[in-house]
Amino acid sequence: MSDLTEAFGLALGLVISLDAALLEIVCRSLAISLAAVVLASAIGLPLGAAIAVWRFPGRSAVVVMLNALMALPPVFVGLMLYVILSRAGPLGFLGLLFTPTAMILAQCVLVLPIVAALSHRMLRDLYQSYREQLCSLGASLLQVAVTLLWDARASLVTVVMAGFGRAIAEVGAVLIVGGNIAHATRVMTTTIALETSKGNLALALALGMVLVLVAIGVSAMAAILAGAAPPRPRALRWG
Amino acid sequence: MVMRLFAVVLLLSSGAAAETITLASTTSTENSGLFAYLLPQFERDTGIAVQVIAVGTGQAIRLARNGDADVVLVHHRASEEALVVDGHGLARHDVMANDFVIVGPADDPAEIGAADTAADAFARIAGTAVPFASRGDDSGTHMAERAVWQEAAIDPLPASGGWYRELGAGMGATLNTAAAMAAYTFSDRATWATFANKVSLELLFEGDAALVNAYGVIAINPARHPHVNAAAARAFVDWLLSPVGQGAIAGFEVNGEQLFFPAYLAATD
Amino acid sequence: MAILPLELSEVSLHADGRALLDAISLRIEAGPKTIILGANGAGKSLLLRVCHGLLSPRRGGVQWQGPDAADQRRRQAMVFQDPVMLRRSIYANVAYGLAIHRVPRSERGRRIAEVLARTGLADFAMRAAPTLSGGEQQRLALARVWALQPEVLFLDEPTASLDPGATAAVEAIVEDMHAQGCKLVMTTHDMGQARRLADEVIFLHQGRVDERAAAADFFANPQSETANAFLEGKLLW
Repeated sequence: MSDLTEAFGLALGLVISLDAALLEIVCRSLAISLAAVVLASAIGLPLGAAIAVWRFPGRSAVVVMLNALMALPPVFVGLMLYVILSRAGPLGFLGLLFTPTAMILAQCVLVLPIVAALSHRMLRDLYQSYREQLCSLGASLLQVAVTLLWDARASLVTVVMAGFGRAIAEVGAVLIVGGNIAHATRVMTTTIALETSKGNLALALALGMVLVLVAIGVSAMAAILAGAAPPRPRALRWG
Repeated sequence: MVMRLFAVVLLLSSGAAAETITLASTTSTENSGLFAYLLPQFERDTGIAVQVIAVGTGQAIRLARNGDADVVLVHHRASEEALVVDGHGLARHDVMANDFVIVGPADDPAEIGAADTAADAFARIAGTAVPFASRGDDSGTHMAERAVWQEAAIDPLPASGGWYRELGAGMGATLNTAAAMAAYTFSDRATWATFANKVSLELLFEGDAALVNAYGVIAINPARHPHVNAAAARAFVDWLLSPVGQGAIAGFEVNGEQLFFPAYLAATD
Repeated sequence: MAILPLELSEVSLHADGRALLDAISLRIEAGPKTIILGANGAGKSLLLRVCHGLLSPRRGGVQWQGPDAADQRRRQAMVFQDPVMLRRSIYANVAYGLAIHRVPRSERGRRIAEVLARTGLADFAMRAAPTLSGGEQQRLALARVWALQPEVLFLDEPTASLDPGATAAVEAIVEDMHAQGCKLVMTTHDMGQARRLADEVIFLHQGRVDERAAAADFFANPQSETANAFLEGKLLW
């Protein structure tokens, strides 16, 4: 219990004083996870839409795979990426190992199946109700996909948030491909692991609380964005 | 806004403008705080920044073999020499040494406080079957622990899962677990000294010659891995072995206690 | 290029071994308001969808006039019993159809303003479409297709879910569109509506055309037994 109360006090102190070291780590965590989520969504949302509207042979198998990949173990992804990005590996010449870019890639790999699989499910359900009308209007498959993505935007924000949750919370992959290098690739989760391994349990707990606070902040912002999305006003032209 | 985010991240990943080398070392060395003390001095003297990747000894050696680091500093002589023999490293140099200690529950149920040697202490633990937490991760520390079991002519593996608990974890995690299960464990002094969650654990045995822990530093061979920053790596090794570096190592203290002992004593104090 | 008349020849649609549409041959001409009448399950909605191209018949052909299949598609439109409202404003919903049909941007504003005025939606053009009442949504669906200036408009029980007031508003719009030159093909099971709107009646029963006649003739003097039973309210399916 004393660890917990000490942790609360520490967390409060860190947040109020805007501790510089903490700020650096929080900013890095956010930058990496947000970049990973943006990248994964840029690929995953259109992918989910495409699979929802386009009937192709083997579609069910693809959906099964996508759903299964949501359960990719982060440490496994980290290991795979390490082997690929290592100097001794096929993409070693890029020199990406132990850089934030490698961490973004790792988190993107973990987030992509979540965004694609969940958005596919939502868009497929929406497509069922839209299908006849859009077909009647003569929309092409591409136009249908774009329409579904836009109309489902409120639900898709939640999907993206789910992806963000996975990214900001994981430690296994970024530890292996990032190396937890001080002032370079150290993020909130790897710092928590480090402080735990040093026995600084109260500090580790405090950092964990700060991480939860940060996640709540991002979620709140996303909710505001989703709620404040009225149809764009346009000037009527009478002619 | 997104573009700015990307730019920041790319900048972070491209590496600082100053020269940088990557040092693969062990978690125990990093957790002791030695690098946080030593490396800024090195950077001041040479302008070279050092990025430390702290992993288990086995993984550090693997990083070296893959050419993912410029320098490696670990404490397992056999692995270090293999690196050089296999052409991945230029040469192995002694840097510093510290020692291992045996810690355990304050009431010392196996009475190892009265043991003569490390092997004797281990024999007492096996005899009373009090829980013993082993790192079990093929690290330098773990292999040193195995050497002591061998010295005592005891094989603890049949008892694995019983009183002998193989954790497969780093030193800090092992100490956390040992504290929680009131077990004996084999630790390097530096990690023990700086560990903040001792609970009821205490240092119970030390000082046997068998417990000496020697560290070696090796620069990666540019002939084998052409992309390494060979000049800066050489500068690091030279600095570590110089009177300045050795003196700095000797000057590192935690709670008034010197944790690492340089291999080459300074000519003047 | 006009796409009417539409020729259906021996069109059949099956499911679970049953014939949902049974060798239907029809010729639908430009001009009169055509109402397809029949009990529930007669196949009215299916027939409409086959005509419009949303379903393909198992056997038989659907033939429009004109050389260009794409043009044939573009000059038809359909309104459904439950209209799909895109999650955007009324204005944007109408604009959506125009964008798909690649109507020049300079032209769009004018068309939108006109159809919104004609359907009585001009005053709240910026309201979000999903927040509209059932009747307003159906009026928006009509505005959306009207802006496309179709040659043929299919309507599948457009007022089945609406109250009398909304129904009257929809019927007025539909009459207005017809007056402007649009061919209407509409299904309904509401006899009163059929009497109000129909110029000609196609009576479907269990997937077959049992009778086809001018509206006055059909209601006054039905020829087939089933049509008789239906008009007397005795035919439930």
